[in-house]
Amino acid sequence: MTAAVASPADLRDRLATTGYLCDEGLATIAYLTLALDRPLLLEGEPGTGKTALAEALAESLGLPLIRLQCFEGIDASQALYDWDFPRQILHLRAAEAATRGALDGTDAPGPDDVAELERSLYSEKYLVARPVLRALRESPCVLLVDEIDRADSEFEAFLLEVLATHQITIPELGTIRAEQPPIVVLTSNRTRELHDALKRRCLYHWIDHPGLDRELAILRSRAPEVSAALADQVVHLVQELRRDDELLKPPGVSETLEWARALHVLGLRELDPEAASAAVGAVAKHHDDAERVRLALRRLVPADGSSAP
Amino acid sequence: MTGTAGPTASTGQAGPTGLAADEVLVGFTRALGRAGLAVSPARTAAFLDATAALGLGDARSVYWAGRATLCSSPADLARYDAVFARWFDTSPPDGRPPRPPAYREVPQAGLDRPPAGESGPGPDDEDDVTALARAAERLRQHDIATLSAAERARLTSQFASLRRPAPRRRTRRRRPDLRGAVHPRRTLALQARMLGEPAEIVRRRPPVRTRRIVLLLDVSGSMAPYAESLLRLAHHWVSGGIPIEVFTVGTRSTRVTDALRDRDPERAVRRAAALVPDWSGGTRLGDTLKDFLDRWGAGGCARGAVVVVLSDGWERDGGQVLGAQMGRLGLLADRVVWASPHVAKPGYEPVQQGIVAAWPHIDDFVAGHSLRAFDELAEVVTRA
Repeated sequence: MTAAVASPADLRDRLATTGYLCDEGLATIAYLTLALDRPLLLEGEPGTGKTALAEALAESLGLPLIRLQCFEGIDASQALYDWDFPRQILHLRAAEAATRGALDGTDAPGPDDVAELERSLYSEKYLVARPVLRALRESPCVLLVDEIDRADSEFEAFLLEVLATHQITIPELGTIRAEQPPIVVLTSNRTRELHDALKRRCLYHWIDHPGLDRELAILRSRAPEVSAALADQVVHLVQELRRDDELLKPPGVSETLEWARALHVLGLRELDPEAASAAVGAVAKHHDDAERVRLALRRLVPADGSSAP
Repeated sequence: MTGTAGPTASTGQAGPTGLAADEVLVGFTRALGRAGLAVSPARTAAFLDATAALGLGDARSVYWAGRATLCSSPADLARYDAVFARWFDTSPPDGRPPRPPAYREVPQAGLDRPPAGESGPGPDDEDDVTALARAAERLRQHDIATLSAAERARLTSQFASLRRPAPRRRTRRRRPDLRGAVHPRRTLALQARMLGEPAEIVRRRPPVRTRRIVLLLDVSGSMAPYAESLLRLAHHWVSGGIPIEVFTVGTRSTRVTDALRDRDPERAVRRAAALVPDWSGGTRLGDTLKDFLDRWGAGGCARGAVVVVLSDGWERDGGQVLGAQMGRLGLLADRVVWASPHVAKPGYEPVQQGIVAAWPHIDDFVAGHSLRAFDELAEVVTRA
């Protein structure tokens, strides 16, 4: 790690240099993650910056980010390690050919040679390191376990052992232990309840949609090219949409960013209902929602272009 | 048990009340435990660690340390805030995000809000918990049409506890599975990848999926006392994430599935009702069914589905059209279930023109007049 992080405020400032603006709660909990060497479990609606936090942490601390994307049916060979079977076979065939050549002159290979050959098959050379093993080896680093709720609950048990002990035991090779535990960030969209044993080992934080000022600040820092007036209007409108709670899927911060950028690319400097309707797909991902966003646009932004808020 | 402060609690200053800081904090975790949070010794120790890392300087640090270590779901957060405010006699720090929506839980509105002007002796008057439970159970078995408006309002809160159906079907396509027949191509491909060495034998079998359900709700005049409850039932089923389509039938068919996808039951029911042009109108079931089959059903919506018709079978135009259309429906659907509110009435015989015409094409004929009957309907649909 680079210079040690002194306090939550220090961490918040560092994250801000990467363009990630977080509130006091998130900064405090992220600081605790570093101070206590505990995994951080982030839950929240999609698009609230859970994954982005891990990226920002890695960038601000100058550490590599290793990402494990979970999916239904993920297993240990995709998360921890695997053996490079074809290369092992090639090695075996090569050894076979060599001994056959040697056999002409000398005697048969002894049991020692066979044991040696077997050992050489299961050496580091043929080990394929997957994200979790890589994280333990390359630590210090940030390990992001993304969308853990998509994986099966059996997979959580695998992860638990690694998170608790920071080590993996490979039967053929021995135990691999991280000198310094990696910073682990788990994210979940809460499509299912995680196992309590996993939650107990983690620090928990619920990331909510940011308030008006913070979202505006995020938009300004992430998309500085968007004009101030447009940014202001877009954020006001998105906040309004979320407050109404009429949408099937309320837009996240990433949708706000996407929409603002889309409008900027369309050449807008101020919100105009007609043009904004055309890019509505950036913020509303359901057909019904798109209709509601168009209605809100017409309601909140008068056609003459002067902003409502 | 939580009295053990844990070896990691490094702080020993006296708290504001004269107690050692650790005792104040451990007491706080106990209070949280009483409030229903899953507090364990390990969590308490983590909490003390966290406060030590942040310093005991101000209430905010303690607040965030506890929130990170002692909470584990959005539902915990509100309880945590309340206990924090009481225990430390200070409100939670400002600038914290607003309460997260508990969006996995479907709220059920209308529990303690009987409509104005209603003064029937409802179960509200009873203090006794068992009496309340008994009243709730009675309400579940009661014919919805005979309930007072106040009772019906109380009933709305109980839809959330109804069973949801899950009819199964085997798909034609086969997917890799731990059990099943040998998957020759995959097995050989795996062996080829291992340069011909014997590899794992891959198996496959058809996965089991949830069969689609199509709900046809009769909203004609004769079904008016049940119409709202049918929409609530449909909303409850729709919010369960099963493949389902909901239509209202009366004098024409209206698709209300999207309106019912709203999380809030009150709004969903209002929205759906606003879509229906023939609310409490006449009944032309046969023509309506034809309309449904032409527009939606034959297009694939009813094909292979479990179709549930919730109707009293009262038909104005005689049974000929209805019989023919039910025949079409019976051929398209995997199973046709008819739920009528009158079935449970003593002396009921299926002699209404509509029912008589539809009878040969119905697979299951069940009751649909109370919450209990809705539960049984879900069971029948699941078995279909």
